[in-house]
Amino acid sequence: MEILNLDNITIKFGGLTAVKDFKLELQHGELVGLIGPNGAGKTTVFNMISGIYTPSTNKIYFQNRDITGMKPDRIAKLGIARTFQNVRLMDNLSVIDNVMIGFHLHLHSNLASAIFRFPGYVREEEGIYQKSIELLHKVDLEFNKEVQAGSLPYGQQRKLEIIRALATRPKLLLLDEPAAGMNPQETKELMGFIQKIRKDFDLTILLIEHDMKVVMGICERIIVLNYGQTIAEGNPAEIQHNPEVIKAYLGVEAQYA
Amino acid sequence: MKQPSGKICTVISLMFIFILVYVAQNKLDAYLIRILNLGAMYVTLGVSLNLIYGFTGQFSLGHAGFMAIGAYVTALLVLPPYYKEVIFMLEPLAWPLNVIHTPFVVALIAGGVLSALAAFIIGVPVLRLKGDYLGIATLGFAEIIRIVLNNIPHITNGALGIKGIPEYTNLWWTMGIAIFTIYIVKGLISSSYGRALMAIRENEIAAEVMGVNLTYHKVMSFTISAFFAGVGGGLFACLLTTIDPKAFRFVMTYNILIVVVLGGLGSITGTVIAAFLYNFLLESLRPIEAGFNLGPMHFPPIPGLRMVTFSVLLLILILYKQKGLLGGFEFSWKWFFQSIKKVFKPKKTTEGSTL
Ligand SMILES: Nc1ncnc2c1ncn2[C@@H]1O[C@H](COP(=O)(O)OP(=O)(O)O)[C@@H](O)[C@H]1O
Ligand SMILES: [Mg+2]
Repeated sequence: MEILNLDNITIKFGGLTAVKDFKLELQHGELVGLIGPNGAGKTTVFNMISGIYTPSTNKIYFQNRDITGMKPDRIAKLGIARTFQNVRLMDNLSVIDNVMIGFHLHLHSNLASAIFRFPGYVREEEGIYQKSIELLHKVDLEFNKEVQAGSLPYGQQRKLEIIRALATRPKLLLLDEPAAGMNPQETKELMGFIQKIRKDFDLTILLIEHDMKVVMGICERIIVLNYGQTIAEGNPAEIQHNPEVIKAYLGVEAQYA
Repeated sequence: MKQPSGKICTVISLMFIFILVYVAQNKLDAYLIRILNLGAMYVTLGVSLNLIYGFTGQFSLGHAGFMAIGAYVTALLVLPPYYKEVIFMLEPLAWPLNVIHTPFVVALIAGGVLSALAAFIIGVPVLRLKGDYLGIATLGFAEIIRIVLNNIPHITNGALGIKGIPEYTNLWWTMGIAIFTIYIVKGLISSSYGRALMAIRENEIAAEVMGVNLTYHKVMSFTISAFFAGVGGGLFACLLTTIDPKAFRFVMTYNILIVVVLGGLGSITGTVIAAFLYNFLLESLRPIEAGFNLGPMHFPPIPGLRMVTFSVLLLILILYKQKGLLGGFEFSWKWFFQSIKKVFKPKKTTEGSTL
């Protein structure tokens, strides 16, 4: 079953074409990697899917529904959640509040019942509090629930951001460089965690990542972007041996490694 | 020791405040009562500004405009019809305002509702703007309100303003409304809706991607904020008994802004303390404005010196304590009892060892 379809989308910022004729079809349950050198346009693709940017031409379909030009909060309601390359938490709010914000779009209580604490509201709030604790438990953050999110170590902030995205109960999860800033041990745990939530939450995942161990280790299919255009697509083995990918991206990575 | 329930503590302290207000209203001299009235009125104004600026993160400088709407609506509704005929000298007051006469409470609510309506109408387009741009736009709105008030003499008596407004405002009203404002705003910001408002303040893009409808929440916060600003304006009109468009210049917003920044953005407790502190300091600094002698030196009277002093104080505060006096701290009974425990703890441990 097709869940996401980017139909040859292009986006221009002034004179710069950041992404050109980008085509992507995601099937339900897939875990697909999006890689490429810095500035290739990967994050811009995420920004278009989540509604922060609107493609200059062509359309985006989510579950066969045209979502092009929809506002991010409506797209979130339809079932797309994401994390950010530069972690975007509510720094001055507590860890638990950050997760509870993820449940926001599932709340039904009206404003008056919230201000005056009607029983229905209190029950709803207690419900999402419990669910938030359960989610935090998955990444061992439940004992830090009252800590300010901004004061967590970077690796934990990344985990919290994923948890917050899960709280929206997404069908499609977009992860933008989740392993950035993590140590090898954390990265290893992260790989297991991504595979686990994919199964537990029945997710389709699109993953941007520079750490090739992660990408090659867990993705079934990989798309390589360079200067806003797809230069290769295939399974990890095919990508690793694709001469053009090695020239544009992996070669460079190898130099740094 | 078992901690008493917060609700009981709140009820007890409300009764305590009730007695204090009773005593103050009956025993204190008019001058002190006036300062307390101003302080409580600034609580309402400050808490409402804190809601949109401190908690929602939307830099609004339109408070004087919303106050003006509330003040004029209230004044026009509480003035007796025969008296309106006397004071509207430029042009007679338009129907039906010339015959309407309502109780104070109805007038206050009407002022708040109209102010909220204005906020709702301008909020939808203006709250798309961010930061400085929003500040400039809301400032412009407040100026437009003022100019309109000047130019519709058949409703506002133009630049002459409205005089002889009944002095309904007393400590019961100012304190009662301050407490009501705190109750509503506190209830809001500590609810799921408040969490969404603070999420917007913290990171607008992340909030939106999490499913928070930005327009809805910003406009809601702005409208509620304007409602209380309008009610505060009504209190203002019936406290000073005279209003004219000049009373609602930017300085008015600036005063409220000082209170909010002084107390700490995002702290209701801070706003409450700062509101009273500000008005007491402002009064106690009055002598320096009247000119004074310091040893052999004579300082001539300089009008406006108090505001200069305050601006300097604010500058120092912002330089050294950016988050205001209390930062994001909020009073809670839990905190209160834990602090008491801490104070008595050293004794307890020594006693404990002898047991
Ligand atoms: N809002 C924007 N305005 C102008 N240029 C942008 C904007 N967003 C991204 N770009 C440009 O688009 C290109 C792709 O950026 P990005 O998607 O962040 O790359 P990646 O995530 O692959 O490193 C870059 O050249 C970047 O400067
Ligand atoms: Mg990127």
